Amino acid sequence: MSINVYIPRDTSALAMGADDVVKALKFQTKLFHLPENKELNIIRNGSRGLFYLEPLIEVETKQGRIAYGPVTVDDVSSLLEHGILQGKTEHPLCLGLTKNIPYLAKQQRLTFARAGIINPLCIEDYLAHDGFKGLNKALTLSSQQLVDEIKNSGLRGRGGAAFPTGIKWQTVLDEKSCVKDNAKQPQKYIVCNADEGDSGTFADRLLMEADPFSLIEGMIIAGLAVGATQGFIYLRSEYPQAKIILKQAIQLAYKKHYLGQNILQSGKQFELELRLGAGAYICGEETSLLESLEGKRGLVRAKPPLPAIEGLFGKPTVVNNVISLATVPIILAKGADYYQNFGMGRSRGTLPFQLAGNIKQGGLVELAFGTSLADLVNDFGGGSYSGKPIKAIQVGGPLGAYLPQSQWHTELDYEAFANIEAVLGHGGIVVFDDSVNMAQQARFAMEFCSIESCGKCTPCRIGSVRGVETIDKIINDDNSQQNLELLTDLCDTMVDGSLCAMGGMTPFPVRSVIKHFNDDLMPTAQQQGEEI
Amino acid sequence: MPQLSTAKIQQLITQKQHLSGALLPILHNIQDQYGYIPKLALPLIAKTLQQTEAEIYGVISFYAHFRMQPTGKHIVEICRGEACQAMGSQQLEQVLKQQLNCDYGQTTKDNSITLEPVYCLGNCACAPSIKVDKKVYGRMNADKFAHLSDQLRHYTIELESTDQGVVNEQTMGKIK
Repeated sequence: MSINVYIPRDTSALAMGADDVVKALKFQTKLFHLPENKELNIIRNGSRGLFYLEPLIEVETKQGRIAYGPVTVDDVSSLLEHGILQGKTEHPLCLGLTKNIPYLAKQQRLTFARAGIINPLCIEDYLAHDGFKGLNKALTLSSQQLVDEIKNSGLRGRGGAAFPTGIKWQTVLDEKSCVKDNAKQPQKYIVCNADEGDSGTFADRLLMEADPFSLIEGMIIAGLAVGATQGFIYLRSEYPQAKIILKQAIQLAYKKHYLGQNILQSGKQFELELRLGAGAYICGEETSLLESLEGKRGLVRAKPPLPAIEGLFGKPTVVNNVISLATVPIILAKGADYYQNFGMGRSRGTLPFQLAGNIKQGGLVELAFGTSLADLVNDFGGGSYSGKPIKAIQVGGPLGAYLPQSQWHTELDYEAFANIEAVLGHGGIVVFDDSVNMAQQARFAMEFCSIESCGKCTPCRIGSVRGVETIDKIINDDNSQQNLELLTDLCDTMVDGSLCAMGGMTPFPVRSVIKHFNDDLMPTAQQQGEEI
Repeated sequence: MPQLSTAKIQQLITQKQHLSGALLPILHNIQDQYGYIPKLALPLIAKTLQQTEAEIYGVISFYAHFRMQPTGKHIVEICRGEACQAMGSQQLEQVLKQQLNCDYGQTTKDNSITLEPVYCLGNCACAPSIKVDKKVYGRMNADKFAHLSDQLRHYTIELESTDQGVVNEQTMGKIK
């Protein structure tokens, strides 16, 4: 008999010292006597996404898993003395049954249903938790039926652009024109965009580190749906741990014939390759990503042609985000109706929100669309980490607007956010307390664009540099009013004159600062106004 | 690090040459071995891929991850993303630069640490974050870093998760 103890090995758990805790636990259990005939079995799962509790130790008991956290190396001996291995609950770090922790219990986990529960590199474990049910169903359906199922689910691209996934798939499925011989399908590709560069987002990383087979399964299904036999995962180089886990997961999937020339003896083929990016934020933009995959500089392409028609190596290509693809299996397994019953308006299903920055209880919160930002930040997040009042919340990464308190009641829905000139993007939520100077945040938005612009469009490449200079002038009270007008014009030029979201959306955070946090941008003008 | 030789670099190129869009995998392969891309590699890659050296250089210079100069023993990357800013990364950045007495893109005098900026490490719930080689550290502060950099200078520490929890056929059966 073994005592099963779960200690995560995802980046955040490791960053908070999970490996040291494992070592301490292994060492100290040698000193303590384990109950008779028992051995310690430490399973390195993925995180539950409750990062404020990492490193989180879970001990399997008859009642379920008991959680303890956040555990430091110094806590290990007292935890052992208080009977952690028997699942005793006296220790102050004990959180009771993991599934009853309110942060987790109140979530609607669909895409992340298995995260932190299973061993990410154990196919048997994956199968035992409904893994590959979607694929088995998919193998009984035709390509058109598969595409219809995704259309009916209402799934929209989770990378940030929120384009309906089913329509994208239909375009690729219909693409046959490039073959002379009609009997033969053209080469098509499934590309997974795992270049999660937005600050404040980590859903893709957690998914790949905690449940990589769900991504692999989603990609196989996408391949079956559109008739693609080759897939690529384009992973950012800043995620070394995800690379290690994905690489092994792909190997295991090949070994068990989920990947390869004859998927589960169905006669269908799907090959999958992991590719690494190289520190370019712009490669998260789909056409830049394709250029990079082709071995080029990541310069954005003009659209049309759409990647669905002329994508990777000029062939029809589905480019989907990690979360979009990893959601496909549950849609197939439980049906489109089940999935689209969650959500509001045209935003169907769930979105994994990521609470980050100056937040007391940071982590991943998967919920149906429609909750408010205030609920997320207060109920789940527990307010700011510093304990100071929250001043601004940036939603949707570096290209998303900064929201003042008056907008925190906005429902988390793609259309509702578009109405207030904001974006949900990839679901990243970065909280700032009242020590933040919003003028500096506006400046950083322009600075980031000047660093990461691919250089193709002048408004983005040069406009961002001029943006930094102009904001500096405003901050230094150098003809502030005229320079503010100039900045507003510059923002318009960037929005209208850039091919992609880098130049086209950098103005969003800048405009939001001008509109809602003008006190920070022009403090002297404000004072003068008050004096008059 | 292997000896810098044409034969070895050519071997690293040949290993990845068969891939479609092989250039990035080739560059990664070389940099993983040497810590940078030696100038010597450019004509070899160009010839193999039937491209010009300028094209290869253009790709290398586009990506922040690729470098053509050797680094110190370790690379310390400080996250400059917004989530880390919200937790005081800009102050941390200044302190770390002072502690190491070097700026971004520079290496400490004892050649132990090269400092680089990075834009998001995906550890945004436990900010501010830094990365040392392949290991991310969360909730970083000046004291923690002073201790860490001392270790980096004088000791060998594990910078990759050693317990990767790889499942073999035997342990698979144990997990329900």
